[in-house]
Amino acid sequence: MVERTPFLNFFTHLILFVGFVFCVAPFAIVAVAASHNLKDVNDVPMSLLPGSDFWVNIKTAWVTADLGPKLLNSFIMAFGVAAGKVIISALTAFSIVYFRYPGRMLIFWLIFITLMLPLEVRIVPTYAVVANVLEPYQTILDLTGLSWLIEKVSGVRVALSLGLLNSYSGLILPLVATATGTFLYRQFFLTVPDELTEAARMDGAGPLRFFIDVLLPLSRNNMAALGTIMFLWAWNQYLWPLLITTDQSHAMAVTELKQLIPNVGGAPEWHIAMAGTLIIMLPPMIVVVLMQRWFVRGLIATEK
Amino acid sequence: MEKRVTFSRWTIGILFAVPQLFLIFTFFYWPAGQAVYWSLTLQQPWGGGNIWVGLDNFRSILSNADYWNSITASLIFAAISTGLAMFIALVLAALTDRQLAGSWLYRVVLIWPYGIAAPALALAFRFILAPEAGFMAVVNQVWPGFWDPGLDGTDAMASIIVAFSWKYVGYNFIFFLAAFQAIPRSLIEAAAMDGSGVLRRFWDIQFPLITPTIFFLLVINITESFQDSFGIVDIMTSGGPANATNLMVYKIYSDGFKGLDYSGAAAQSIILMVLIVALTIVQFRFIERRVHYR
Repeated sequence: MVERTPFLNFFTHLILFVGFVFCVAPFAIVAVAASHNLKDVNDVPMSLLPGSDFWVNIKTAWVTADLGPKLLNSFIMAFGVAAGKVIISALTAFSIVYFRYPGRMLIFWLIFITLMLPLEVRIVPTYAVVANVLEPYQTILDLTGLSWLIEKVSGVRVALSLGLLNSYSGLILPLVATATGTFLYRQFFLTVPDELTEAARMDGAGPLRFFIDVLLPLSRNNMAALGTIMFLWAWNQYLWPLLITTDQSHAMAVTELKQLIPNVGGAPEWHIAMAGTLIIMLPPMIVVVLMQRWFVRGLIATEK
Repeated sequence: MEKRVTFSRWTIGILFAVPQLFLIFTFFYWPAGQAVYWSLTLQQPWGGGNIWVGLDNFRSILSNADYWNSITASLIFAAISTGLAMFIALVLAALTDRQLAGSWLYRVVLIWPYGIAAPALALAFRFILAPEAGFMAVVNQVWPGFWDPGLDGTDAMASIIVAFSWKYVGYNFIFFLAAFQAIPRSLIEAAAMDGSGVLRRFWDIQFPLITPTIFFLLVINITESFQDSFGIVDIMTSGGPANATNLMVYKIYSDGFKGLDYSGAAAQSIILMVLIVALTIVQFRFIERRVHYR
């Protein structure tokens, strides 16, 4: 605080408090609704005092949607996506920012456009690619006549086929193939002073050494931040897992939510639905609370 | 924006980009190309490959009133929810950055919504905004028939905008607050010594310094409003009532995977891609110019 502004301070507190209430209210309502029984949860207005059925509802939701293995699946996928993004984006951003080669801007735009076209937009053909991930290469070989050549020379017929439906790699890889992280790293690398690069070069460091010994340590906070963001993003994916996991043993927690929507016509079991919602929102909430420092610290620019 | 000092061994440079290029080729450009191919052909009902139909798929989509309705709904949704989420987050972050007593609480709590999966918060809001139970039911008791997202298209649109904005306020808040905190305290203090008030400091120092963040968030928010809305729409309204919330991605999904009209869905995907890319290029051309990178 720099100067005394009692009037403004009052409004600051007021507005922030209103924001706080709007932010927390849905969580509170979900938690309270999850503790009521069928009759109380449908009361108008619903009582804001917690009921007594909390654990019963949690258990019912857990069993109905079979959440145990699904939470595990979500964890595996979210970790995979976060790790993949952190590594691959750093490499790419380094290449784009620190080198000047022919076609660099083309590569930049090729990568950048992926940021604009989320998976959801090209969901139908991506699904087809994941069903046989080597199909693009097979087609290229066929079109260029290479597969004919190979068959002539070696007598082996080229038939590349690798289905990734209902597998972790099929879930993870397409989600890694976007530019979100690259953009973040690029913005950060651009703020790294040129003098550091000059000094490193003067000391005889090549690009690889500079990347590993200077750039990566500098962007440690960025990595933690990106990892956290990507973990949450992957955990919260909905449409992709919905399509790719036809097999129940690979289903994700979030896609199970749809089974918890109360049926129209029957008794609206909002208490069970809210209990399930609570379970599924809990793990990312914990990550947000624990990793919060990394968010803020990682995204802050270098000085201060 | 370019680096002044770079490395000269550019073969190594390209190697660094190879893994990413492989991934985006396989899972991005190939499918995108496939979408173009499908959009120009029609699958035969009994198998036997695709027949070339030129631009017929596009013609039939663009002459369809439902599709225009879907575009309008998506644009309204993108504009209102992005505006709402960014404005609220900016105000809250600027106020939190004043670091009054208790501001740590807001710093911790206001980012929680970002952690929640869109479908999960959609289910929560479906309950909260349900006309017969939850909280809007109270309003309905006072004015019967005032609120029913199941029947009234505007109410349904309002519901999904509220749910989406609620999540993205948290997201934007994280980035805005980080940007505000990155501004050296000494700058603010020096300005205060020169006699500038809180508002003047905001407009002349803080706001210009966070323009990169605003730009970044604008791009992300608009893209996400096309993408992340799927879960919300699917859980809250299923595109209804009467297609009022049938956003473009949801329509692609329901036409492609439920209606099994791959060609139509592919053509819609192409139009959506063009729309988003155009929006982004416009943003880069006209807005990044006003952005000050340090």
